[in-house]
Amino acid sequence: MIHNSRRGRMLAIAAVATLALGVTAACSSSDNSGGSSASGGSSAAAEPITITVQTFGGGKNFGYKEAVDKWNASHTDIKIKNDNLTDQFEQVYWPQMIQWLQSGAGAGDVVGIDEGGMGLAKAHPEWWADLGELGLQNRKSDFADWKWQNGVTADGKLFGLGTDIGGMSLCYRKDLFEKAGLPSDRDEVSKLWPTWDDFVKVGEKFQSKVKDTKFVDGTNTLYNVVLVQEAAKNGNVSYFDTSNNLIVDKNPAVKSAYDFAVKISQDGLTAKLRNFTDEWKTGMKKSQFATLGCPSWMLGVVSGDDAAGPELKGKWDVAAVPGGGGNWGGSWLAVPKQSKHPKEAAQVLDYLTGKDAQVSVFTYAGNMPSNTQAQQDPAVQSTKNEYFNNAPIGDIFAKSASSLQPVFLGVKHAQVKNAVESVISALDDGSVPYAQAWQKLVDDAVKAAG
Amino acid sequence: MSLHVGAGPTTRSPAPPPRRHSRTRTSRSFLSWLDLKAAPYFLISPYYLLFLLFGLFPLGFTLYYSLFDYDLTGTVKWAGLGNFASLLDDSAFWNAVVNTLGMFVIATVPQLLLALLLANALNKRIRGRLFVRLGVLLPLVTSVVAVAVVFTQLFGRDWGLVNWVLGWFGADPVSWKTERLPSWLAISSMIDWRWTGYNAIIFLAGMQTIPKDLYEAAAIDGASRRRQFWQITIPMLRPTMIFVVLNSTIGGLTLFAEPTTFYNGNVHGGTNSQFQTVSMFIVEQGFREFDYGYASAAAWLLFLMILVGSLINFMLIRRIGGNK
Repeated sequence: MIHNSRRGRMLAIAAVATLALGVTAACSSSDNSGGSSASGGSSAAAEPITITVQTFGGGKNFGYKEAVDKWNASHTDIKIKNDNLTDQFEQVYWPQMIQWLQSGAGAGDVVGIDEGGMGLAKAHPEWWADLGELGLQNRKSDFADWKWQNGVTADGKLFGLGTDIGGMSLCYRKDLFEKAGLPSDRDEVSKLWPTWDDFVKVGEKFQSKVKDTKFVDGTNTLYNVVLVQEAAKNGNVSYFDTSNNLIVDKNPAVKSAYDFAVKISQDGLTAKLRNFTDEWKTGMKKSQFATLGCPSWMLGVVSGDDAAGPELKGKWDVAAVPGGGGNWGGSWLAVPKQSKHPKEAAQVLDYLTGKDAQVSVFTYAGNMPSNTQAQQDPAVQSTKNEYFNNAPIGDIFAKSASSLQPVFLGVKHAQVKNAVESVISALDDGSVPYAQAWQKLVDDAVKAAG
Repeated sequence: MSLHVGAGPTTRSPAPPPRRHSRTRTSRSFLSWLDLKAAPYFLISPYYLLFLLFGLFPLGFTLYYSLFDYDLTGTVKWAGLGNFASLLDDSAFWNAVVNTLGMFVIATVPQLLLALLLANALNKRIRGRLFVRLGVLLPLVTSVVAVAVVFTQLFGRDWGLVNWVLGWFGADPVSWKTERLPSWLAISSMIDWRWTGYNAIIFLAGMQTIPKDLYEAAAIDGASRRRQFWQITIPMLRPTMIFVVLNSTIGGLTLFAEPTTFYNGNVHGGTNSQFQTVSMFIVEQGFREFDYGYASAAAWLLFLMILVGSLINFMLIRRIGGNK
């Protein structure tokens, strides 16, 4: 009997160990979100080659829908399939993409990269096909010098061409401004807030009249707007200096943007929603906030069906941003080396970053083209956005496009940005006290960069 | 199969010379040894081969890389026990440990008690027993993510059903995703909704193996239903309980899908990691920050944590109803 019970115990212990083993081993691989797309397809003569274009972003994301439809209608040999994987770049898209690139399988034939990922992408020439070899070297004249240079790897190989750029505006709800007794015409609204201090004053006035809608969405969006504006005044750097040293605690731009986030949060102007979450999008639908920092690509996010959607068409409008312009966001397209059809992929990339496609992107979604020919195209210059009460977005974005300054972003920018923005949201939702928030921001940034 | 192969040569060899005879005998005994001793191992080997490939190998691999500074996008450098040392000093790791244990306790304790009561009720003669028993299993059929998505909506701050109902009683809306304890409660409710019925069915199965005459004898001796439950059902259920508790311990300590979905698929677990579990911490370190070595070390600490937690629970359960 004694024997038996001991043996039973040993068995039980062994069973526990085995179960635990299995589970720990399994949990490391439980993070497979999104679908990896099978690129290519058979390249038999009759079968068209399918080029998968992987993008990210909410709403109309990269704005390629019309351009892709047009291509597919007129091409029988190459078909474009646009897979928009997620609306979260730093959290979901980029980590997944890095794994695909590193492991040599899973990435599309053409992939979109946000500015925040370009530092890392440039440092890994082995991930990318050489677009120069594929005949795209002659596209140099289509882009501002900085946009072109950022698509060149550390060893001088062209790997990415620009698609959109930031540009900056402030979106606001015309109907809610009227409700608060504020002017609602876009020119008059622009005059209300030459500076961010004025903006806060307008917000306080708005908040005193309207109770169930907050003035801004949360801290995160405007934090980023102010950060890029301030970065332009501080040598065009944000979290890293140009030699990739972390300067979160030293760069006055970060502190100014942080202070502004604290101010609007303490003033009670925020709906305490973190941008790009489901609650944020629902909040847009349910009119929980009246203004939103709007880089050009944000227009497509707002007007998308999962965000403000068709019911609010014509109620949003676009005004000038306080504090002058700014360049937040903007993306590139690249061809991973693992693509089975690099030549065709380069052709598609050439088309999507070309003038005609980029003009259609702007008129369809509102993302400002980085292609200078598209910027100067009369169709772009005269574009009005129907969703935003026919706002002359060509006028608002295209005129400032040529003067945009690039902000330098380090190799680990995406990770640090993610850590910092968590704190910026946490101080707003109350989970980190204001008094401790700055220290936590710096600490978490150091950890993320390490 | 091997039996037939073994039978072949012996029947076919006519008048074998003595030497050959002895060789056939040894080969025959070898084949019969193969059949009796080796075949069972061969037959169960698929599981162990798979376990070796997908269980043991990753575990060893993880242990190996936990000793390196391994950046997925950069270099691999020997670090010795450095990863473990900095983990034990990392407040974010301990935060994840506290969250995991907290949610484990909040979710598992009421869940198992409820499952036990439910099983006891289902064990009685009630109308439509089959349907009721199937009914408690129904939540298990839905996918974890579907459950999490629905519950995430229910626990919305501004438009959630739970806050709406709370509002009837004059309560202020609760910010389920930013306050720590409410977030734990919300996530625990997802786990309980899904697993209570499952555990109840296992308890029920255990209860049905308890001989009826024990209850009859107790009833003749005048023991009340309640007394019968505590003095017969609970002690006799001990083996079942050990299984259920170990299963719940392992499941609870590796919690991942529910809290991740609760925050838009973000493994940070809330703006201030209010509900980041150790599993989420591992994924964040390994697949967001690409610090493979660090994540591997954390995975090993989680493994040890589960081992210790399981053993503690195992010993506690053995005490139930006296160690006879």
